[in-house]
Amino acid sequence: MTGAAPVVPDPPPAQSPAGAPRRFLMGSAAIAEAMIGAGCRFFAGYPMTPFTEVLEHMARRLPAVGGVCMNAESELEAVGMAWGAAATGTPAATGSTGQGLSLMQESLAEITMARLPLVVLNMARGQGDYWQATRGGGHGDYRHIVLAPGDVAEAVELVRTAFDLAAAWRNPVLVFGDYYLAHTARSVSIGPEATGRAPRPAWALTGASGGSGHAKLLSFLGSAKQRDNVGYDLSTHYADCAEHTARMLGGVTPRAEHGFTDDAEVVVVAFGTPGGYVRAAVRSLRQEGVAVGWVRPVTLVPFPSAVIADAAHGTRAVAVYENNTGQMVDDVRLAVLGAAPVEFIGGLSMDPSGFGIAPDLDVGVLRRRILDVVERHR
Amino acid sequence: MNGGGRGPESVLVRGTVVIDVDACKGCELCIDACPPGVLVMTGHDVNARGYRYPLLVAGCTACRACSQICPDFVFQVYKFDDPVELPVAPVAPGMGT
Amino acid sequence: MTDADRHHAIATGAPPTRPARLVDDFTPALVDVGAHHLCPGCGEPIAVRALMEVIEDLALERKTIAVFGIGCYTAFSNNLDVEVLQALHGRAPSVATGVKRALPDTVAVTVQGDGDMVSEGLQEVLHAAARGESITCVMLNNGVFGETGGHMTATTVLGQRTKTSLEGRDPVAHGRPILLADLVARLDGAAYVARCAVNSAGNVARTKKILRRALETQTAGAGFSLVEILTMCPTGWFIETQDAPSYLDDNLGAVHTGGVLKDLRVGKGPPP
Repeated sequence: MTGAAPVVPDPPPAQSPAGAPRRFLMGSAAIAEAMIGAGCRFFAGYPMTPFTEVLEHMARRLPAVGGVCMNAESELEAVGMAWGAAATGTPAATGSTGQGLSLMQESLAEITMARLPLVVLNMARGQGDYWQATRGGGHGDYRHIVLAPGDVAEAVELVRTAFDLAAAWRNPVLVFGDYYLAHTARSVSIGPEATGRAPRPAWALTGASGGSGHAKLLSFLGSAKQRDNVGYDLSTHYADCAEHTARMLGGVTPRAEHGFTDDAEVVVVAFGTPGGYVRAAVRSLRQEGVAVGWVRPVTLVPFPSAVIADAAHGTRAVAVYENNTGQMVDDVRLAVLGAAPVEFIGGLSMDPSGFGIAPDLDVGVLRRRILDVVERHR
Repeated sequence: MNGGGRGPESVLVRGTVVIDVDACKGCELCIDACPPGVLVMTGHDVNARGYRYPLLVAGCTACRACSQICPDFVFQVYKFDDPVELPVAPVAPGMGT
Repeated sequence: MTDADRHHAIATGAPPTRPARLVDDFTPALVDVGAHHLCPGCGEPIAVRALMEVIEDLALERKTIAVFGIGCYTAFSNNLDVEVLQALHGRAPSVATGVKRALPDTVAVTVQGDGDMVSEGLQEVLHAAARGESITCVMLNNGVFGETGGHMTATTVLGQRTKTSLEGRDPVAHGRPILLADLVARLDGAAYVARCAVNSAGNVARTKKILRRALETQTAGAGFSLVEILTMCPTGWFIETQDAPSYLDDNLGAVHTGGVLKDLRVGKGPPP
């Protein structure tokens, strides 16, 4: 249990000429502040690099706004606690890095089948958790909405979006960050802080419907009450969940940023922090007259296939850069659907710490790899 | 209420039960649980599910042991406003088998 | 009786015509179920009924959120008239913690089996107890994984035959049982820890007193409570239903011994 340290008041926010108060914050702190601003009042986590500072910041700040932050004794218990809080209609979140999220997968799958809102933060080491995030690392058929911020300012915006989407769709939403996001400081505007508590949804448990003849049930086996113990109707429940998932995937607008794609001969796709480096490499090549462009998916689920297909149209090749051995490249291939060859120019790049600092994440390195693709497809 | 000797001819009865025969699964927990021993399983009669089930003889004290121990919610227990004397059921060989 | 003696039987098909009052209904108000599909002689419905009756007696039904684990007793999770949150095998204590921390005015109760709480979820209950979470964990202990067909759990006693200890649990091959209530009682965060059984009417009454005391511990804000209830599983024990109550006493109950192991509120409130 955290919260024993005295609350240290933050310095007052600096006023920018544009009016919105900005604060110079480390990414982890900005993400935590954005969660609180979005109304999160329950957070549970287990320390693990590079997620730890988010937990520290929530431990410091949540009690001051009437929320609860729990330092659970394991990732399993962290996601369990967040599950319980979410079931009461309290905006709740948890998180970890990829390995910790591996531990949480059974619970995340069933929280989805129980139709509960939850924001889950992966402060990933590198980008090898793409499949875990987008395919769902747990058992069974379920999907999470996945948002991939490219920098601290976008993370602040997407964290708020995550809480909105989770509540609207009654589904977990994953925010896919990384070491750079956690440990880069930037001047950001957190935005308005939610005042008071969001109204409790009708499905939420409070105890109060007990004894009414219609006491509420929240179950990943189906929440329809039965009389005479006929058991759970799993087949109907899973069909309902599948229908909900289809509606959700169709109802959330995919997002991507792109640049220089109209006349590009080669388009480079990258997500998260590497997206910014790819953009810089492309700009630098454009200044030398090389016809390249970039696309940066912001929603990984639903995947911005239409934007990528559009950008691929008329190109000689599509290149994919990611800090793994090739995961998002599969989704890019599906989106491009043979309109152009798709080449993987990423790869695992880890410094000795293994925490996600990539020696290859360098504009010079990216320029060379992109030029190589351009050359081979003249 | 075992053995072949003559016992009392009547017994003070303080209550009775309603038995949901078809709910019973024949586990016989009630037989041993009943302090005055006034629940007896049928011999060959079975309910709609094929289980033997308990019958009540005179002597119920409305103690609720049967309803509290029954896993299948077979019993309703009633306590009479006034206890009543009823003749004791004669014990025959094979009773309870 | 032989069927020839049936005429000595008292009619029990309808309520009595003599003036009488109903002192125990088929099910308490909070149990919606009609017939359930648990085995003949199963102790779990007895324990669930006892818990619901205590919640009713204490007028807590409008504050209770029951967090269910996974086991045969999960059959009751969708037909009780209290709010229920279904958790995963072993994971009810953390979920109940989240519920209670988010809504401190509720009464958070877990319903778990021994396989759920002591095998899969040992870490969860120990940590919740150590933290002194204001929840009540209820363990239905029959010494087997009943729902999967009768396999050894962390509470199975030495010599007990199960499908994964066919010659009887052996200390060398299978290790020794964990006495969960004793383990939890040693944690400073635990305020009330007791063990009881439902193999006789007297024991059911004792179980209800213990459940009552545990829930009062929670509502008084006095800390973590654990009630371990030994239940019969004639199917998992490979015995006749009528023999299960004495088997429980002789085997499970001889190791997991009954009684109030810890009560920090002794002397601080009315006796149970």
